[in-house]
Amino acid sequence: MTPRLLVLIALPLTLVGPLAHAQTARTPWGSPDLQGTWSNATLTPLQRPADLKDKEFFTPAEAKAYVKQRLAAQSGDQNIEQDKTSGNVGSYNDAWMDRGNDIVPTRRTSLIVEPKNGRVPPFTPEAQRQFERDVAYAAAHPADTPEDRYLTERCIGFGGGHAPMLPEPYNNNYYIVQTPDYVTIMAELNHETRIIPIDGRAHLPNRVTQWVGDSRGHWEGDTLVVETTNQKPNRHYYGVQMLDSLVSDKFKVVERFTRTARDQIRYTATVSDPVFTAPWTVEIFMHPQNGQMVEYACHEGNYGLRGLLSATREEERKAAEGKR
Amino acid sequence: MMRSTFVLLAVCALFATNSHAQSARASDIPRLASGKPNFSGVWQASTTANWNLLTHGASAGPPEYGALLATPPGYGIVDGDAIPYLPAAAEQQQRNYAARWKEDPEVKCFMPGVPRANYMPYPLQIFHSDDRMLVAYQFAGAARIVNFGAPQPSAIDSWMGISNARWDGDTLVVDVTGFNGQAWLDRAGNFAGPALHVVERYAFAGPDAIDYSATLDDPKTFSRPWSIHFRLFRNPDSHAHLMEFKCVPFTEELLYGDVYKRPKK
Repeated sequence: MTPRLLVLIALPLTLVGPLAHAQTARTPWGSPDLQGTWSNATLTPLQRPADLKDKEFFTPAEAKAYVKQRLAAQSGDQNIEQDKTSGNVGSYNDAWMDRGNDIVPTRRTSLIVEPKNGRVPPFTPEAQRQFERDVAYAAAHPADTPEDRYLTERCIGFGGGHAPMLPEPYNNNYYIVQTPDYVTIMAELNHETRIIPIDGRAHLPNRVTQWVGDSRGHWEGDTLVVETTNQKPNRHYYGVQMLDSLVSDKFKVVERFTRTARDQIRYTATVSDPVFTAPWTVEIFMHPQNGQMVEYACHEGNYGLRGLLSATREEERKAAEGKR
Repeated sequence: MMRSTFVLLAVCALFATNSHAQSARASDIPRLASGKPNFSGVWQASTTANWNLLTHGASAGPPEYGALLATPPGYGIVDGDAIPYLPAAAEQQQRNYAARWKEDPEVKCFMPGVPRANYMPYPLQIFHSDDRMLVAYQFAGAARIVNFGAPQPSAIDSWMGISNARWDGDTLVVDVTGFNGQAWLDRAGNFAGPALHVVERYAFAGPDAIDYSATLDDPKTFSRPWSIHFRLFRNPDSHAHLMEFKCVPFTEELLYGDVYKRPKK
């Protein structure tokens, strides 16, 4: 009797909201089902472009114009044409790219929703000094060894395979599998697999750090909440949208995954790190994909890093000869 | 004589199948909501096959590392204890063996391929839900998505191939193709080419052990298909899960050290 009464009360509630509770796809053990292949590609940049000042949202007409402009402006094919005279060999052409064809459905002007200016908060004065020392060192030692280079160039990590999962220029696909004890997210980019225990076990000891940190999850209602700590401090963590930054040993990210519609996961991530004067939060939407995940064998085919180091040695040799 | 041998073999095969079936009583093993076996867990082989698929004695590693990198002895995992190479492939294996401390893709932290990934001396973790499976390997962060839908041809050649699964009773059969032919099968230079077609079979031998077998067919490298078999054991620790073994940075000095700029002494 009581269960039937509950159903009667619950029924009207299920009819409100973008995705009613009863419609949420569920696993056999009752968790919301996030499984499948998803993409977080978007034309919306991490940080609001300076010329948009305090504009938090586009109107539909502005959004349309912005999308058109972004698609044209970022065409790699066009850049290759331009670069022919500059001596710059350019980058991949459009066929390689996967930046999406639209902005986020909220029409927000940046992925960052907090702070309200849509920008990564400034460093603390101490962190700023550290950052400037790092930048000065990098200018003096552009490519002595791989450790002077970005993690992307070394095939160690990209922005998408760890918290916060920020869209990259290509391969923004993710494959999610759930069990009662785990949520596992495999990023196509660099074949990064995030193994997230959701059974309440403790984090790794503080002294153990990993390039992808250490993630623990739990369900809060129908939202998967994932906390990541134990991050290996490094300057090149966030990926292509923020190539140079700082990550301290107090870095912490809290991500939230909610299946807000059959064809949508709303993803937010709040980064707290004492190098910044405030925490910051991104909001990104993931959409289902039908294609096959492919193997991104980055390190196995990394001719670029050798080319970069040996070209730098050649430049140094020529410069030394010039001085003689 | 021929006939009696055949009958004897058939009886042995029956016996083997029967005892095999008894080793994992259907009610003992973890199952999914669908009723199929649930292979989720942290698993690891307990063989020396990653050093050499065939039966081998102990041998020295690079001299500067003493016993640390020596090859431990072990029985092989190949049925018949021989790999049926075609003549040119047998020569290639010898060249690989001679160059093994430099050219084994494992040295360079390249993805290990299939089936090698399953018998490396490191854990793998299977995430299995009703119609999905992800196999994550600790070494080099390699991973495979196992497809339970309509079989798909591989979109690209790859190190880990494309895995299409089907059930044969309680045995999971995974068909793996789409290889790039660059992976080795062990540290002794055994290898297969891009035409490799692997059929893996996963069957519980009790709740905490999987009898694993694989048939390797590559008519450009081998004169006939051949098989390996070994057991995967479950790590029962409640905290067991794969930790990160991102070996790429450990190989940079080796791969690019000749183009480093070093501080002047």
